[in-house]
Amino acid sequence: MIDSILKEYAVTSLENVAIWFKAAPVSKFPKNGGACVKYKEKQIAVFNFTRQGEWYACQNLCPHKMEMVLSRGMIGEDMGSPKVACPLHKNTFSLKNGENLNGSLDAIATYPVKIENGFVYIGFSE
Amino acid sequence: MFVISKQVRMKTIIVVGNGMVGYKFCEKFVAKAGSENYKLIVFGEEPRPAYDRVHLSAFFENQDAKALEMAPAAWYAEHHIELVIDERVSEIHRSTKKITTAKDREFSYDYLVLATGSSAFVPPIKGVEKEGVFVYRTIEDLEGMLAYAAKLKEKNPNARAAVLGGGLLGLEAGRAVMDMGLEPHIVEFAPKLMPRQLDSRSSQVLQLKLESIGLNIHLSKATNQILGDNAIVGLEFGEDDVLDVEMLVISAGIRPRDELGKTCDLKMGVRGGIIVDNKMRTSDENIYAIGEIALYNQMIYGLVAPGYEMANVAADQILGFTETVMAAEIDMSTKLKLIGVDVASFGEPFMPASKGHSIIFENKTQYLYKRINVSLDGKSLLGGILVGDAADYSMLHQIYLNSMPIPTDASKLILPVSEGGVSFGSVMDLPDGAVICSCEAVTKGQVCCSVKDEGNETVKAIAKETKATTGCGGCKPMVDDLVKETLKSLGKIVKEMLCEHFDYSRQELYDIVKMKNVQDFDDLLDTHGKGNGCEVCKPVAASIFASIYNETANKQDTIQDSNDRYLANIQRNGTYSVVPRVAGGEISPKQMIAMGRIAQKYDLYTKITGGQRIDMFGAKLHELPLIWEELIAEGFETGQAYGKSLRTVKSCVGSTWCRYGMDESVSFAIEIENRYKGIRSPHKFKGGVSGCIRECAEARGKDFGFIAVDGGWNVYICGNGGANPKHAVLLAEKIDKGTAITYVDRFLMYYIQTAQPLMRTATWLDKLEGGIDYVKDVVINDCLGIVDQLDIEMQFMVDTYKCEWKEAVESPEIRAKYTHFVNSEDADENIEFVSLRDQKMPTPWV
Repeated sequence: MIDSILKEYAVTSLENVAIWFKAAPVSKFPKNGGACVKYKEKQIAVFNFTRQGEWYACQNLCPHKMEMVLSRGMIGEDMGSPKVACPLHKNTFSLKNGENLNGSLDAIATYPVKIENGFVYIGFSE
Repeated sequence: MFVISKQVRMKTIIVVGNGMVGYKFCEKFVAKAGSENYKLIVFGEEPRPAYDRVHLSAFFENQDAKALEMAPAAWYAEHHIELVIDERVSEIHRSTKKITTAKDREFSYDYLVLATGSSAFVPPIKGVEKEGVFVYRTIEDLEGMLAYAAKLKEKNPNARAAVLGGGLLGLEAGRAVMDMGLEPHIVEFAPKLMPRQLDSRSSQVLQLKLESIGLNIHLSKATNQILGDNAIVGLEFGEDDVLDVEMLVISAGIRPRDELGKTCDLKMGVRGGIIVDNKMRTSDENIYAIGEIALYNQMIYGLVAPGYEMANVAADQILGFTETVMAAEIDMSTKLKLIGVDVASFGEPFMPASKGHSIIFENKTQYLYKRINVSLDGKSLLGGILVGDAADYSMLHQIYLNSMPIPTDASKLILPVSEGGVSFGSVMDLPDGAVICSCEAVTKGQVCCSVKDEGNETVKAIAKETKATTGCGGCKPMVDDLVKETLKSLGKIVKEMLCEHFDYSRQELYDIVKMKNVQDFDDLLDTHGKGNGCEVCKPVAASIFASIYNETANKQDTIQDSNDRYLANIQRNGTYSVVPRVAGGEISPKQMIAMGRIAQKYDLYTKITGGQRIDMFGAKLHELPLIWEELIAEGFETGQAYGKSLRTVKSCVGSTWCRYGMDESVSFAIEIENRYKGIRSPHKFKGGVSGCIRECAEARGKDFGFIAVDGGWNVYICGNGGANPKHAVLLAEKIDKGTAITYVDRFLMYYIQTAQPLMRTATWLDKLEGGIDYVKDVVINDCLGIVDQLDIEMQFMVDTYKCEWKEAVESPEIRAKYTHFVNSEDADENIEFVSLRDQKMPTPWV
């Protein structure tokens, strides 16, 4: 079951975006924090880096214990690069490429985000 | 007059092969003095520059070939190296010192470095040419496998694939197959997995572990033929012994790619490989061979570390640093993570009983195996095997390499610390020549010099300077220790910097916030930090703001630690637990009924905690405000079980009921718990109050404790239970209740202001110069002249307490964050519970 959930999530680069999903108004996302977006069967963690004026999205599923929790993690940066720390065991993942920064867990899938007319859009390939 | 211009002709080195070792040769060469007089030309037959073959299975995670590159194509240009890819060198003409390529181009060389590596060995089994049979070696092999697997899965979602070979690479291939979504089967000829590295018992432990994660393992199987018309449909081992599979990956060993050596008549080994001396020179003095084609000491070395060392020797030899030669004995110790399982072996992993004794620790329930081999006199470590947990590898390996003394009872080297094992040896005991990073051959001496002489005081700086830790990364903890210990030996205070965003300790930051009246995290970062913060500095700042302004976790919620952000403790399946305050553990029947009713309504699992209160588990995020609304209506308030703050004050029943009681411990516990509730601190803290010296409340196991005695109260501080239990020590005895509270007020405020992040009071006291006598001097004798200030600060905390859950349920903005989805009312459907003794629990983790 978990394996099939994990397969739902694949890195999506800007070139591969087929659908820009209109998720929610910007105001629904906490400043310098995250929230979870539902897209079909997927759960996507979206982070609002207000300080840098950047947005990032990744799977909500932490690959360590397969729980849907990453959106509730703390965000920060590691040598200038954005990351999220899982609230369960503080495993940290790069929000640029999904890499596990403090261990050797599998990388998480990341998705492109854009903001238009006060709305947050997440890019999916399907 | 003549002007004699002396021009040095550039000499040309041709490197044949752009794999890991060929690349390493280039990297080492261009970094050395004198390399500017040489022109390097590198040929690679693959369509891309050298990549990290060791981590090939990582390709499946992202299918990003670039991420595996040793260096981008631009790196070669920057270093004036001519990189020719997709072009194989086909012939060497030794007499004219020229080579010809497959595209029929000709190049001259002064020196030739052969680094053509190896190819997968394909055993002569009938049917290997069938469609669906692959080898596991290059990115192209992987791409072929991926495409084929995708096709198979379209037809049959449960398709099976086999890997021929249960060695190191075979198991890696098994993981790759599993990642492709095929049912993986490992077929091994020998009666055990990893026959070269592991003994039978460790091999069994590894097998159990791998089977538990879904690999099917078939041992002692000789494959007779591959079945199928065009495409493979199965493997036949013997009569009636067939395994149906639709794909096969062959990983049965390697063969050196030594054809070039053969055709130009270099001296070859009987079973392949080009013979080299300890200068890595072949039988032709202008031709060197390194990596997996080099036959050194009649051996082919299939590991990266010796390959890199060979590259370094060849580079030095060509540049005239002729004293650099290959060591006579090459250490084949390895540590790796195989499908998430630690496997390591060092020295002599298998040892005949005549040479020494083995000490074995095995725990199949946790898939753990550790074996060390000790000399007959018990004085030296000869080798060993670790499966499941290789945390001890670095130290054991160093003890072995440097023949360091071992404990009389050598079993301590591998036993868990709790079972009488010891964390043995300090990195500083190692000789300077000890190789810490074997991938890059960096010694302890080099690391320490880099710290001392070049001022590289962090692991990152050391990595940049010496390249230590940049290979497999296994030596990172050791390098970290070396840096810290060296700095200490220089008399440098290892400055406790919070993280990369703040060059201050927690105490310094506390003073800054207080003196400069900094109000929020952004302001603190802008004025006294750099960058944008992280999960280390944010909660520390949050704790400091709370300790100074007594602000609740609601004010700056995104800098709070994850539990504080939602005012609840996150549990295994992402649900939360709810703990109302039950001061002193005193609870009325009416309150119990109310709590029971609410727990029943929301189907929560309930349990009495160690702190004499009731914990309710399994609340979904969106239920938290609803539950708290009801609890607050019943008169409860938050118990801050989630916070680094006061948890509980445990009490015994005291003189109100107990026939031995000397004083009213429950009343005191309730008073003190209500006094300190909500106060945030560097770590959680707990209290206890006992009515007599029988100490039923275990007050001496707490951060502060009061015990009623004849003539007043004894006050104890800085105890804790947990991983390192510590009894609290006596601060004052036989004093009245008021004085006792004042002393503990001051002690707590002093601790809150001076401790490092996440430091309990016991550790704080341990590290405090002067220890308990100094604390007495500060809080009783006022040696620092600060007690009035401490008293005022504590009174402010007590006076400004508010229940942060009440604040949260009354605010629509705060309540808004308690939804699983920002764009849907749905609950998280992945949360699953199973039943447990009439209650429920999360589905256990695999």
